[in-house]
Amino acid sequence: MSSDEQPRQAIETVFRMESPRVIAGVARIVRDVGIAEELAQDALVAALEQWPEQGVPDNPGAWLMTAAKHRAIDLVRRRERYARKLAEVGRDLESAPPHTDEPADPDDIDDDLLRLVFTACHPVLSAEARVALTLRLLGGLTTAEIARAMLAPEPTVAQRIVRAKRTLATKGVAFEVPYGPDREDRLGSVLEVIYLIFNEGYAATAGDDWLRPALCEDALRLARVLAGLMPKESEVHGLAALLELQASRSAARTGPAGEPVLLADQSRGRWNRMLIRRGYAALAQAQAAAAGAGALGPYALQAAIAACHAHAHTYEETDWQQIAALYGLLAARTPSPVVELNRAVAVSRAEGPEAGLALVDALGAEPALEGYHLLPSVRGDLLARLGRSAEARAEFERAASLARNAREREMLLARAADC
Amino acid sequence: MPRFLTMIRIDEKNVPEGGPSPELQERMGALLEEITKAGVMLDTAGLRPTSEGARVTWDKGELSTTDGPFTETKEVVGGYSICQAKDMAEAVEWAKRFLSTHEDYWTITAEVREIEG
Repeated sequence: MSSDEQPRQAIETVFRMESPRVIAGVARIVRDVGIAEELAQDALVAALEQWPEQGVPDNPGAWLMTAAKHRAIDLVRRRERYARKLAEVGRDLESAPPHTDEPADPDDIDDDLLRLVFTACHPVLSAEARVALTLRLLGGLTTAEIARAMLAPEPTVAQRIVRAKRTLATKGVAFEVPYGPDREDRLGSVLEVIYLIFNEGYAATAGDDWLRPALCEDALRLARVLAGLMPKESEVHGLAALLELQASRSAARTGPAGEPVLLADQSRGRWNRMLIRRGYAALAQAQAAAAGAGALGPYALQAAIAACHAHAHTYEETDWQQIAALYGLLAARTPSPVVELNRAVAVSRAEGPEAGLALVDALGAEPALEGYHLLPSVRGDLLARLGRSAEARAEFERAASLARNAREREMLLARAADC
Repeated sequence: MPRFLTMIRIDEKNVPEGGPSPELQERMGALLEEITKAGVMLDTAGLRPTSEGARVTWDKGELSTTDGPFTETKEVVGGYSICQAKDMAEAVEWAKRFLSTHEDYWTITAEVREIEG
């Protein structure tokens, strides 16, 4: 490797790129992600000491992995000796058998990474802890970066991560990918965490913090990694497809002043064609993987809806019949008032505002939607299209009073004023 | 997370005879798979020789077309990749790993550029 650059920066870059794999490989030996992360950090310190003098090795990732693994094996041996000594003085101590075998091929690394994903997203942790730990261990983000991205104070995030690692250790969470009936539930948690991370960034695109959209990219990268690790799982491809397609619109989602631009008004020339193509490809993989297993899951169905939008060169060309049908499937698969509200919008585009209004009015008493600004917002839109201006204005004003995002509130008040 | 276009520049006149060795192709394939699995690679391809290409120029209102090969240029783009990386340092590190798959007798350059917007 070259000596023409600051070794420290090179080391830090390589470490960030390799740390998920190193942590995963070491966690398989020590069976504790917290200790694995510390051992990986030790390997980084060793690299910082040795590389500036000896030069960056040709295969720095393998170097870091080997250094961390040696430390892990030492630790396991020390634990064993300790256990033996305790046993000698008459105490019985359960100790895990050492797993000191070196991974021979990339498939092992894949398996280790997958175990790390499933451990970081374990339901024993709160959703917030899962998000923070996943970003830390798999996304390679520093605590400060996670804190900035999640709009939380750094000590809070640091605490959350420390506690999460401790919880995994004390609850004896196995470092494994579950099999059998457990698997689908746990995979659901993994996908949910990635989707939460994406939405954390996506919903904030209109906010002030420029760092949060980067969270979308982190989630997208995690989804791509997971799709590579679990190529046979339809929903993994479904989530990747959904995120690629949603991300393809990011440049068009905000106006020059940072205001949100609705789908209908977005300049489709600014949609990223490459991400759209990648979304289609991932959706096709989701469909192929589901072919044997039956119907598409909720992420793949949402991706199929996003693909319908991407296919339309103008808003007017949108195939609302197809979208309404897909929302129907989604509502049957995962019934929810929010899905039903979206279905109402699609139906109103396909069959007219009356048909949509009937569905929206049926949702009026839904407690889950109480205080949800999009319900009066959609209702206002349908009423406006029916020419019932006074009612529409009242709905937009109500929606504005419920909206939590300042930009959105401004837009709703503007719509009320137009009625 | 920014996107980067990496252009692989080669000297068409000095490409090793027979092109990439089977071993190189294998190493390259393995690395490209690794970059893809890391969620970094968005798109990559090699380009056909410039003898099959064309240059279209707009020069002060005058359009002209030149068919390849572009003999006057020493280095031409022989392939490209589009990656999503944390920063320039990461994109450069992947480019280094790509170049390092080549045997010592190769001379190639990777130009890494951030994509705007």
